[in-house]
Amino acid sequence: MSGMGSAEGIPGFQIEGKGEDGMDRGILTLSVGPQHPGSGHFRLVVKVDGDIIVEALPDPGYVHRGEEKMCEYRNYIQNIPHLERPMIADSCGILYPYVLAVEEIANIPVPERAKYIRVMMAEINRCIFELYWLGIYGIFLGHSTMFMWPMADRELLIDLAEMASGARVTHAYFVPGGVRNDIPDAFPEKARRHLLYFRNRLKEYRDIFYDNPLFQARTVGVGVLSREDAINLGATGPVLRASGVDHDIRKVEPYDVYDELDFDVVTMKEGDSFARAYVPWLEMYESVEIALQALEKMPSGPVRTKLGPNPKGAVGEAFKRVEAARGELAYYLVSDGNPRPYRVKLSVPSFREIPVMAHLLRGAKLADMPSIYWSMNYWPVEADR
Amino acid sequence: MATVSEFTFSNFIKSVLWLLFWVLMIVSLIALPILFIVLFYVPPPVINGVEINPYLLLTMLTNPQVGAPLIRPTLDSLFFRIAVFPGFTFAALFATVLIFAERKFLAKMQLRVGPYHAGREAFWWANSLGGFLQLIADLLKLLGKEIIVPSGADKPIFWAAPVVLVIAAAGLIALIPVAPGWVIADIDVSLLAVFALLGFFPLTVLLASYASNSKYPFIGGLRALYQLISYEIPLILAVLPIVILASTLSLTGIVEAQYAYWFILLVPIGAFVFFITALAELERIPFDLPEAESEIVAGWLTEYSGMTYGLIQLANYIKMYALSALFTTLFLGGWMGPEFLPGVEVFGVEVLSSSETSGIFWFTIKTFGVALFMILVRGTNPRVKIDVLLRAGWSKLIALSFINVFIAVALLYLGVVGVGP
Repeated sequence: MSGMGSAEGIPGFQIEGKGEDGMDRGILTLSVGPQHPGSGHFRLVVKVDGDIIVEALPDPGYVHRGEEKMCEYRNYIQNIPHLERPMIADSCGILYPYVLAVEEIANIPVPERAKYIRVMMAEINRCIFELYWLGIYGIFLGHSTMFMWPMADRELLIDLAEMASGARVTHAYFVPGGVRNDIPDAFPEKARRHLLYFRNRLKEYRDIFYDNPLFQARTVGVGVLSREDAINLGATGPVLRASGVDHDIRKVEPYDVYDELDFDVVTMKEGDSFARAYVPWLEMYESVEIALQALEKMPSGPVRTKLGPNPKGAVGEAFKRVEAARGELAYYLVSDGNPRPYRVKLSVPSFREIPVMAHLLRGAKLADMPSIYWSMNYWPVEADR
Repeated sequence: MATVSEFTFSNFIKSVLWLLFWVLMIVSLIALPILFIVLFYVPPPVINGVEINPYLLLTMLTNPQVGAPLIRPTLDSLFFRIAVFPGFTFAALFATVLIFAERKFLAKMQLRVGPYHAGREAFWWANSLGGFLQLIADLLKLLGKEIIVPSGADKPIFWAAPVVLVIAAAGLIALIPVAPGWVIADIDVSLLAVFALLGFFPLTVLLASYASNSKYPFIGGLRALYQLISYEIPLILAVLPIVILASTLSLTGIVEAQYAYWFILLVPIGAFVFFITALAELERIPFDLPEAESEIVAGWLTEYSGMTYGLIQLANYIKMYALSALFTTLFLGGWMGPEFLPGVEVFGVEVLSSSETSGIFWFTIKTFGVALFMILVRGTNPRVKIDVLLRAGWSKLIALSFINVFIAVALLYLGVVGVGP
């Protein structure tokens, strides 16, 4: 069906003002969220004409917690746990650029082993996140088995993260100057076993989910985001790469030891909901590959630079970005020489997908709303910060 | 000042005796007089010319020879058929077992355990069943929930819709023969009557959704209407070759026509189309768009709560039983199968013959198998979109149904099979 893309291309579906009674003529306004099984802590005001969405107005802000302001009242170390909270499913990813920025601003050296551990944990966390996301993608499209399987397999990787850091979800594992503690001796063997099992398991997801003709009928050709639109609207992460843009911070601006590891950036040309669901699946293979390589090449030595009790930053600023599971995640840190940051600014990928979502939903069918919304990789809590 | 009295054994005994006193008072002053008034004014049922009064019941307890000849007439009475065996109780029990089987089966597919705790330690034999009382717990929960009616709802229709759905679903089971002679309403056009009853559902669903006075139920109701109407046609066309081959519209006649070959062997395409359309009629995954929770909350069920919701679910599962049973009857030879089970005799009087017990056994097994297939589809597929659904229904399934009819006619014309039983 060619009803996708912008509303301008569809004759007869523009909102032509109000009727005499002040109501939209023939338009039904649905408030999808915040009390809706398919929305999360987020509202999407959707105007439908029959089954076609003529307009979708994202309305974020239900879970704003003032993370940036909170940072100004805590010192650099105290900021670590609460900065994970906006995105606990990918807690390493959201903490990574903060740690990098603090290291730059306070000029803290990082031991080589810690860099490898960080990369490995970030990739394991990426898989943990993608599985969570994929499971909800499944249940959004009514595929309950695809909800249960990734949730179950996620446990294996969570076990690994717990073994290394001591916490299942919010690890608080990365600290300025390395990682909080070294991995146990038994970790590499167990990690290799779990990661290889997990890689084999990924094939079964394709069998039950991606190869399913009904899943393809729901996602192929739905919500097509062209390469130009993806760049102009500021899409990032898997959404951008699914539209054929070869952009990955791990390659463009390698941090820690990503430039020493061998991996590919996954891109697809189609830019539809299927590609946006398929790219993360392919990326999980790369993540497993990166984690295994990092385990292989990991040198021995210390994992943490000893810091003073209350580390101070030099006067200045730092801007660091990483490729989190949802895309480019950047921190802008300003320091006035105190133990506390003067200003912290988070640029989160979820927030950047909002205009893309509004753009893709316009002209789509109501039944395409879950697949487009969820393929955006939008997390309300992260977007609101 | 209110004080919390401590537990003492004498107080406990006192409260138990007090309770016993009130129970005896209520029984002797209210319950027993009501019982006697009822016994005095309501005439006892007459079965096989014998008046079943309480004294006869007591006699039966001490001397079973008196009651044994009355068992078969009781089983043959219309009340028993409607209320108990091929009728409502059997269907509801089947639906209950089906829900439990569905939950366990799906759980196995999804690397879960499923219902586990409820009833696990109640009986020594329940340990391996694991949570078989979960459904009772769910039922109690639904009974305990407040039924919230939206302020702008059309109240009579809103209340009536679940009841009408249950009645229509229960009407379906009256037409299905479970064993030779075991059918509530053995009418000549029972297949037509089945489709007439299925026609109730879209209308009731639309009324329920419209009466809810809410946006999501309205969208869900329209979707259900589209879906049910466009899948009714392939459903009817899929069984047309059956009617041609069996040359009867009576379900009993159709089963008897399959004494040599099950119709699934002769018209497999029809069985396929019937199965798909039955899934759509049941609004089950992959055709559960009227209840797609990520799009329209719970569709036309959104405003239903408590036991009204429970009734709709009951109607759905009874309908599932009815359609599985219909599939068995039309394509899998109904009660046909080797007669290996012995009949049932009670004190020398044959209550059920060998063919009846075997028929019931085979019918139940086959129906359950069909229902499990429906559950299997749920575990492996996502939901389809309405345009895909309508296109598949109006073009592919109807085309397949016509091919199916041609195959049946060709089989007849070439003399591969004869007409009728």
